[in-house]
Amino acid sequence: MSKLALRTYTLLQTVTSVGLSAMAWAVTGVRPIWNGSQPSDRQRIYFANHTSHGDFILLSACLSETERAKTHAIAAAEYWGKSRLRRFIAQDMLSSVLISRQWTSEAEHPISIMLSVLEQGHSLIIFPEGTRNTSDELLPFRSGLYNLSMARPDVELIPCWIENMSRVLPKGQFLPVPLLCRVVFGAPVALAPGEERRAFLQRAREALLALDPRPDRDD
Amino acid sequence: MRHEISILIIGLFVVLSTASVTAGILSMRAPRPLSATLVNLTQRINAWWVMVALMTVAFFFGRYGMTILFALISFAALREFVTLTHSRRSDHWVLLGMFGIVIPFQYWLVWTAWYGLFVIFIPVYCFLLMPAITALHGDTERFLERVSAQQWAIMISVYCVSHVPALLTLNVPGFEGRNLLLIAFLIIVVQGSDVLQYIFGKLFGKHRFSPNVSPSKTWEGLIGGLVASSLLGALLSFITPFSPLQASAVAFVACTMGFLGGLVASAIKRDQGVKDWGHLIEGHGGMLDRTDSLVFAAPIFFHIVRYFWTV
Repeated sequence: MSKLALRTYTLLQTVTSVGLSAMAWAVTGVRPIWNGSQPSDRQRIYFANHTSHGDFILLSACLSETERAKTHAIAAAEYWGKSRLRRFIAQDMLSSVLISRQWTSEAEHPISIMLSVLEQGHSLIIFPEGTRNTSDELLPFRSGLYNLSMARPDVELIPCWIENMSRVLPKGQFLPVPLLCRVVFGAPVALAPGEERRAFLQRAREALLALDPRPDRDD
Repeated sequence: MRHEISILIIGLFVVLSTASVTAGILSMRAPRPLSATLVNLTQRINAWWVMVALMTVAFFFGRYGMTILFALISFAALREFVTLTHSRRSDHWVLLGMFGIVIPFQYWLVWTAWYGLFVIFIPVYCFLLMPAITALHGDTERFLERVSAQQWAIMISVYCVSHVPALLTLNVPGFEGRNLLLIAFLIIVVQGSDVLQYIFGKLFGKHRFSPNVSPSKTWEGLIGGLVASSLLGALLSFITPFSPLQASAVAFVACTMGFLGGLVASAIKRDQGVKDWGHLIEGHGGMLDRTDSLVFAAPIFFHIVRYFWTV
């Protein structure tokens, strides 16, 4: 029995998710571009670029209501577990799953927590850069994506490019500027037999970068 | 005024129904799969139904409806403009101010009919203060480009657009209480001119007007559209304070400005490497794709009426 028992949405989580998706649309007019994959109820790991707290809201606003109810963002316990309020927002409202970089026991290991979510048939949203990125370039990926893929090759890895969110709600700001955003969902990336960790992470990173609809622009 | 509004609504209903039936017949006879032009035509007509319905609803709410509707149009247009142009992290507060202060304040000025500040708030105060804020932030990278884009964004999306509901504040002797009809006249003539230019262009278009800027604009479309919309203006003179001849002249000027607005919008889009401003209106593109002509026509129309017809 895993220590993390996931349920379907509570009323609070449903209200939050519908409310935030509506707000995301009102502010950013967010629309999904399915470019290589299609909406599906398959179990998936969505991995995306990370520049803003709004990223997860934007991405989940692009999923259907039923998918959203069983898709959890992975968030850093160092930030979201810091106070009772933050923990409440992250877990009880957004139904995200907290992982810690300073884990002590095997049960707290980020990968075991993420695997336990997958074992219960739910999907994940992860940001393999590991932190909100303030530079202009996509950071190198952490190895979680590789470990998850090794353990659960049956789960689809979908790259998702979130456009413009760094301009809407940059790190350190709390009021969003309404700008149009798109989320581009790419073709699944699968671990090739015998593929080495670094090569795979590099390939996954390039698959994500390739989705940027405006690669020449420097903003 | 009720009488004129009924005629307008019936007229628009007949025109749109004719368009839908025509597009339906064309689609039925056309070989499968349908050509992109036909699919787009049907989408455009369907979107027109929605836009006319929304305008009609706003119309019935009078001054409230018009002010709120155009404030929302400004919001959508500004969002498209700012999304497309370059900005940096340090512009965050200026961008927020454009949405959170400039739009509400400009429409509040429209609402209270404070003409003196309405005409200078953006071109004088925002023009000077926004770059000052940007400079105070100390980020000089591509400074002039960022500042210019912000100025253009609010001039086009807020200042120009706000001249449409500002028509309600004009005091035309003998036309009291009927100013909503001025808005109806401007919108029908300018948007009608867009449609007529499109139709004349599709039917007779041969000579490109400006291949570098907008490949879809032709001389045949332009001339046919302008002549037809001037006639439309004369036909609609019964809802205006103008004589038929004056109405056609005003319509001609407004539609010429509208054409130029479309041309400038195309040049900006081409410069930024996109085809449309956005995806808000199916078949048309974004809000600015639909309103680029109105944006250029509205201030000129406003000042023509103000100069020649008010006291």
